[in-house]
Amino acid sequence: MSSVLYDTPGPRARRRNLALSVAFGVLVVLLLWWMWQKMDQKDQLTSALWKPFTESEAWTTYLLPGLANTLKAAALAMVIALPLGAVFGIARLSDHRWVRVAAGTMVEFFRAIPVLLLMLFANEFYARSTDVTSEDRPLYAVVTGLVLYNAAVLAEVVRAGILALPKGQTEAAYAIGLRKGQTMSSILLPQAVTAMLPAIVSQLVVIVKDTALGGVMIGFTELLNSRGTLAANYANVIPSFIVVAVMFIVLNFLLTSFASWLEQRLRRSKRSTGAVLGAEKVDDLNAAEVGGSYGTGAGGASF
Amino acid sequence: MFDFLEGYDVLGAFWMTVKLTALSAVGSLVWGTLLAAMRVSPVPVMRGFGTVYVNVVRNIPLTVIVLFSSLGLADIFGMTLGASDFDVQGFRLAVLGLAGYTAAFVCEALRSGINTVPLGQAEAARAIGLGFHQTLLLIVLPQAFRAVIGPLTNVLIALTKNTTVAAAIGVAEAAYLMKTMIENEAQTLLIGAVFAFGFVVLTLPTGLLLGWLGKRLAVKR
Repeated sequence: MSSVLYDTPGPRARRRNLALSVAFGVLVVLLLWWMWQKMDQKDQLTSALWKPFTESEAWTTYLLPGLANTLKAAALAMVIALPLGAVFGIARLSDHRWVRVAAGTMVEFFRAIPVLLLMLFANEFYARSTDVTSEDRPLYAVVTGLVLYNAAVLAEVVRAGILALPKGQTEAAYAIGLRKGQTMSSILLPQAVTAMLPAIVSQLVVIVKDTALGGVMIGFTELLNSRGTLAANYANVIPSFIVVAVMFIVLNFLLTSFASWLEQRLRRSKRSTGAVLGAEKVDDLNAAEVGGSYGTGAGGASF
Repeated sequence: MFDFLEGYDVLGAFWMTVKLTALSAVGSLVWGTLLAAMRVSPVPVMRGFGTVYVNVVRNIPLTVIVLFSSLGLADIFGMTLGASDFDVQGFRLAVLGLAGYTAAFVCEALRSGINTVPLGQAEAARAIGLGFHQTLLLIVLPQAFRAVIGPLTNVLIALTKNTTVAAAIGVAEAAYLMKTMIENEAQTLLIGAVFAFGFVVLTLPTGLLLGWLGKRLAVKR
């Protein structure tokens, strides 16, 4: 698309683009150099601050356990939220009005509330009303908050996945005499799950990012929280931030790439109905479209 | 029943949330539009910068960005953004972090909006001799903006919810007050309900109003 916005550059345009490239490149390099200078001035580049990351202790005591907790919370949240989301997503497609409305209200409510509020509330709830030990409580609270929110988002993913299937699938199922429940469980859901896979993996990125909230606000010892302990030990604020940010970027980049690989594969596949829910859809769903489905205005082809 | 609210400035906290949202929204709209322009520009280095920025920022948790703006930018590099007292500094840093993060999503929404403008529009613009920035500014972006009001509304609602992350650096917004209240008062459920209601009140009208506006303004094709 981008090439439609300008003509194929001729000699003059090529010179101009080159000049702009160089000018912008110099600007970026100046910015990087300034940041480097600043870091040097504040003694953030001395080898003593970076050395811990070349030794095993920093990794085995702080970073890897933190990463493990991040992954544990994310995996638990996804595994619990997925069936819940499926139930609510299917309930929203029910033929009975009261089931539809009740499920719809629940889903829209939990999508409109920040995850942090749900985590704070769950944390306090477990502290007062249950006998979860104070050691386990942060994990419970983080997972509960993530599950409540993501079940609502995944319910929308499931619903969109089922709606994205061609109508002929349902009609054919009815024509051969399947009942509603049978149509859903043996015709629609299996195909919808395939179509939803890229969206589910993209949602995993959102979950991984949200675990960091629990680290700062309710003391869950995930990656970002472990960074604090590590930095307090080695007094390396900036290096530790950079290392942790890179770890998050790599992890999420792998997940994002996997999602788009899945998406492309499914779009190419001849065996499927061609219905795919991609990452774009997930961005929209995470925003709580309380006003209805106006996300279809621009990205209408995102199914 | 609601006497636990006494002594707490709930409205003030939500006002802080609104201020964070509004300022970050303006900041991210400007920066995100610039990023989108870079990503479709004929200059390779700008395209590369835009792509790297979006992919890096989208994959870092917002909490890391906001916390870094306080512990890194302010404490180590002394970037206080011209603020003298701690509260103002935290607020400005939070806006900086939120705007920088949200801009990546604004950029992606706009880019998909640019893709909805029919090819003929840009081709006609080039045919009458307009250059890249004229094609983009006069022909493509105005149509793209009208098409992405819906997606941008979603970004705005996500931003409203994301402002709670500012609590991590002690900005006295809604989530921060909720944490204090829920730890000190007995009515856990009621406090949770009050704050949840507050966010529904903030996001519901935004969604309805902008959703209606988006439908009205979308270019009919």
